[in-house]
Amino acid sequence: MKYLTEFRDGPAARSLAADIRRSVTRPWVLMEVCGGQTHSIIRNGIDQLLPPELELVHGPGCPVCVTPLELIDKALAIAARPGVIFCSFGDMVRVPGSEKDLFRVKSEGGDVRIVYSPLDALRLARQFPDREVVFFGIGFETTAPANAMALHLARREGLRNFSMLVSHVLVPPALEAILSSPTRRVQGFLAAGHVCSVMGYWQYPPIARQWSVPIVVTGFEPLDLLEGIRRAVRQLEAGRAEVENAYPRAVTEEGNRPAQALLAEVFEATDRAWRGIGVIPKSGWRLTEAYRPFDAEARFDVGAIRTVEPARCRAGEVLQGTLKPHQCEAFGKECTPRTPLGATMVSSEGACAAYYHYRPLPGAAGGGTDG
Amino acid sequence: MADLESWTCPLPLRDYPTIVLGHGGGGRLSAELVEHVFLPAFGNPALDALGDASVLPPAAGRLAFTTDSYVVRPLFFPGGSIGELAVNGSVNDLAMRGAVPRYLSAGFILEEGLPLDALGRVVTRMAAAARAAGVQIVTGDTKVVERGHGDQCYINTAGIGFIPDGVEIGPDRARPGDLVLVSGTIGDHGMAIMSVREGLAFESPIVSDCQPLHGLVAAMLDAAPPGAIRALRDPTRGGLAAALHEIGGRSRVGVMVEEPRIPVTGPVQAACEMLGLDPLHVANEGKLVAIVDPACADRVLAAMRSHPAGRDARLIGAMTADHPGLLMARTGIGATRVIAPSLGEQLPRIC
Repeated sequence: MKYLTEFRDGPAARSLAADIRRSVTRPWVLMEVCGGQTHSIIRNGIDQLLPPELELVHGPGCPVCVTPLELIDKALAIAARPGVIFCSFGDMVRVPGSEKDLFRVKSEGGDVRIVYSPLDALRLARQFPDREVVFFGIGFETTAPANAMALHLARREGLRNFSMLVSHVLVPPALEAILSSPTRRVQGFLAAGHVCSVMGYWQYPPIARQWSVPIVVTGFEPLDLLEGIRRAVRQLEAGRAEVENAYPRAVTEEGNRPAQALLAEVFEATDRAWRGIGVIPKSGWRLTEAYRPFDAEARFDVGAIRTVEPARCRAGEVLQGTLKPHQCEAFGKECTPRTPLGATMVSSEGACAAYYHYRPLPGAAGGGTDG
Repeated sequence: MADLESWTCPLPLRDYPTIVLGHGGGGRLSAELVEHVFLPAFGNPALDALGDASVLPPAAGRLAFTTDSYVVRPLFFPGGSIGELAVNGSVNDLAMRGAVPRYLSAGFILEEGLPLDALGRVVTRMAAAARAAGVQIVTGDTKVVERGHGDQCYINTAGIGFIPDGVEIGPDRARPGDLVLVSGTIGDHGMAIMSVREGLAFESPIVSDCQPLHGLVAAMLDAAPPGAIRALRDPTRGGLAAALHEIGGRSRVGVMVEEPRIPVTGPVQAACEMLGLDPLHVANEGKLVAIVDPACADRVLAAMRSHPAGRDARLIGAMTADHPGLLMARTGIGATRVIAPSLGEQLPRIC
């Protein structure tokens, strides 16, 4: 528990913030890549300690948010099948598909189960050999190793009733997409610490060089975030664009090599659609040839489902850092956690959810009054 | 003290080791269940008469009346069972209005196939909790539903208590400047249930805080002049956040809590961090939050700390005129944030 108290120390946080305020001489825009970082920033009020010149924009690192609507509809179709046990992380069950969410499918009789690990789903598959157990395998590089391990074990054990609906996405291509956008405002990145604990940060120096942006590997506690911000600001003020590791207690440059080897065995790069953003080349993982038999999309023949995003939701702009949640005209009005237009309003890492839960609603004395 | 873990099935019931539909049919099996399970555990003159309604003597003061249903799964969990919960839950609802709890009803909805032994253990624990809280279970009912139409055992209890003259406690009585006290660590019950339900093994097991609070309330009332304790809530479902939202909303005042002052045990904090939950929204079954006149908050806090149910009591915040109806927190780094009510069940996060 020491980690939690140590890295949340009030006086240390204020002294780091004072250091940042002293270093800033002009406006800068930094993006924290991960939705977990966004929530920590808003929940702890870290942005309130920063100088007005420094703007934090919230990045695309919310796996639930960027999972395409089409894939969610496919998940709903599979989950509604008799004989299927559909396993998902809790985050995913309230994300709206085009007509309903997994909660609704469950209430209508679908066997939807919230699990904490894909290995729990594997256990269910062993326990119920006459049922089809499907795991909703979404996420960035952080959640991928556990999914890869589940598939590796399933293949080794010859489990025929286990499959995975895979929609993994990758951070480096997303950073390049944001940097190459004509509306780009971002001048530096706080890289997602947990992604780097798996992948290391050897992929980042070419990006930092090509686009002249500092990239600082950053953790999630208040002191971690303030330290990441401090280092990024120092680089910007000095005109440097380097890769730094401000989260050394969890991250090394090479990352977790055994995990990377397992990932290479199970997954291969593929073009991937990001919800609200569009297709980013080579930005996702799909199953390799050897693991194709575990592909739920093929097993349940849902490949033909096509879905159009609702035009009202501007989550794509929020995820690329060009729009703040409260600047969306639907925010807090027709779009709330109870009636979400997009996933950013319901995911525990979604920027819209962070603003809704931790900040007063614009123009309302009552704040978030949903529920 | 009764042994809560061992229950020996009485001889006449041994033909049926599990609950069958006939146990709720009103015939011989029902009568045997009453005679050999419920009466020996709960027995008191009002119940023993087995009339269609119990007849109770009049008492001084205003009547407080409450009801709640208990559907917790699993039936037994670290620190308690559905039995203690069904008694303490209604006892605490009465205590939050300053009432002295006296009588409970107990309605059981049993699923066909429930082991009789499980029912016996639940009833034994319920009886022990009632004795500890000084309340009598004076009327009851049992229904049995077909297998698959219920989850083992549901219990409804209704409670009657009496409010002494001069005691005025209600969620609409908080005023700006009043202080917010909490009687101990929060989130223990919810995380204890979550850890057994989801099969999560933590290094140190998390134990439910299920306990009656009317003794603590009596000690607090003794320590303060009439009217000084404005509002009390036991933060059950929805946790501390929901309780404070309700008081702030009903009293039309704002609430500002100091987040680092809110007591949370290490294991609960760690489990919440792991699952992406906020202890402020997690259920408690043996804690209260009190809104108190600032002039006597010190005395009330001292009285709470000298009572076993309030040993870890703390001052965590104040009511304010600044943002009526809004619950705000000052965070550990000195910033402020809103605490929004949760929509329903908190969902564990992905990573």
